[in-house]
Amino acid sequence: FPGLADVSISQDIPVEGEITVPVGSHSPDEDYSTLDEPVKDTIMRDLKAVGKKFVHVMYPRKSSTLLRDWDLWGPLVLCVSLALMLQGGSADSKDDGGPQFAEVFVIIWFGAVVITLNSKLLGGTISFFQSLCVLGYCVMPLTVAMLVCRLVLLAGAGTVSFIIRLIVVGAMFGWSTLASTAFLADSQPPNRKALVVYPIFLFYFVISWMILTFTPQ
Amino acid sequence: GGSAVIDMENMDDTSGSSFEDMGEMHQRMKEEEEEDEAEGEAGAGEEEDGEFLGMKGLRGQLGRQVADQMWQVGKRQASRAFSLYANIDILRPYFDVEPVQVRARLLESMIPVKMINFPQKIAGELYGPLMLVFTLVAILLHGMKTSDTIIREGTLMGTAIGTCFGYWLGVSSFMYFLAYLCNAQITMVQMLSLLGYGLFGHCITLFVTYNIHFHSLFYIFWLVVGGLSTLRMVAVLVSRTVGHTQRLILCGTLAALHMLFLLYLHFAYHKVVEGILDTLEGPNMPPFQRVARDIPVVSNAVLNTTAKAIALTV
Repeated sequence: FPGLADVSISQDIPVEGEITVPVGSHSPDEDYSTLDEPVKDTIMRDLKAVGKKFVHVMYPRKSSTLLRDWDLWGPLVLCVSLALMLQGGSADSKDDGGPQFAEVFVIIWFGAVVITLNSKLLGGTISFFQSLCVLGYCVMPLTVAMLVCRLVLLAGAGTVSFIIRLIVVGAMFGWSTLASTAFLADSQPPNRKALVVYPIFLFYFVISWMILTFTPQ
Repeated sequence: GGSAVIDMENMDDTSGSSFEDMGEMHQRMKEEEEEDEAEGEAGAGEEEDGEFLGMKGLRGQLGRQVADQMWQVGKRQASRAFSLYANIDILRPYFDVEPVQVRARLLESMIPVKMINFPQKIAGELYGPLMLVFTLVAILLHGMKTSDTIIREGTLMGTAIGTCFGYWLGVSSFMYFLAYLCNAQITMVQMLSLLGYGLFGHCITLFVTYNIHFHSLFYIFWLVVGGLSTLRMVAVLVSRTVGHTQRLILCGTLAALHMLFLLYLHFAYHKVVEGILDTLEGPNMPPFQRVARDIPVVSNAVLNTTAKAIALTV
């Protein structure tokens, strides 16, 4: 490095400064206060965080809040409610009541893990649990679609109801895929977005298919 | 826990232990000092005694240090082993692809190569094959749902995943073993990649024929699409093998397994719908066939409800 040969610090300028890293000095007090605060405050804070994330999924903007403070409460609630609603809906309800719940659970979590691993292997910058969090929260439109389908099926199971269900499920599937893509595709190198979007598309497609072909007894 | 730590309290039997002798000597010296000194210095003596902590104290400190060291070593070893085996970066080179490359390879998998005297290049990539296997699982699920397949032991999803992954991994391993016996120049990753891309033909065939239910259409697709992808795989393998018998063994096995798998996928998960069509063709009801040709999606629901109605009346 030839250009650095003439760099020199003159002797009479004292080098001074602070070496201490400014850590939030009130953090011990914070820890103290979250330990001592009433349970209602803790629960309300967590519920507000979960609620804020739901709003983010409803209006997918490129914000980093969903990614920064990840939590898995929302995905768990959505997964369990979806699995409960999908129960008992095939030819032999006696045989398929149990496995139906486990099936949905396994599909959602196994699928989310595979997509996360895939995006990490393709060179993504997002962490494992952040990706799980985003994929889980973006199941929300499909849960809403399941609710709507169940209500429509209460009215009857003809061709008209099938077309309504098809439109609703299709719209929600598109919304889910777009919402999760808005969060996940940013963490990829720009020319490989399609490689990450395809498994997400397939994942939500399988869930949408399970919702669409659900026929109650 | 005391199991990993050398328990020095149990070494009382080793009379030659220098620690013990030292400790005893010190203890005796301390006692003599205390006896000799006046009561005014008893406080200092006690303090010194307290610092020395007696014989048990020395053993306890040593034991604690040894325990600490063993914990550090164990932790270092465990974290090293974890970072070595749980590192997904081992798989990273196999996922280094661009979308255009994947598209090109998908299309190439249907085009048989002509030059079999020169070893053909196989890309050792796992993204495309993995995505194709998952797509096949999704298509299989669709086929099973529309044909109302009743799976008694296990679940729909488990069967689909098990079948597709079992085929991809199992047949790849078997073909790799055969290739090893027949001296073909192919690695395991290349074999996985080749077979995975061969599933593209299966995906197309099943996607079309699960929606349009015609025996003859399926057979045409089986021969043409399945045949093309088989020919491609066979040609690549032949270009990497020397000797007529070996080529015959390898290619015959691969062709048979590939084509039979497609046949199996179609018939195993589709027989209920075939049965319905047969009963419908019996009493001469051609309008249903025409509906199946025009609007496949709605016709499934209509077919299923009609089939249930017929089953109830029969």
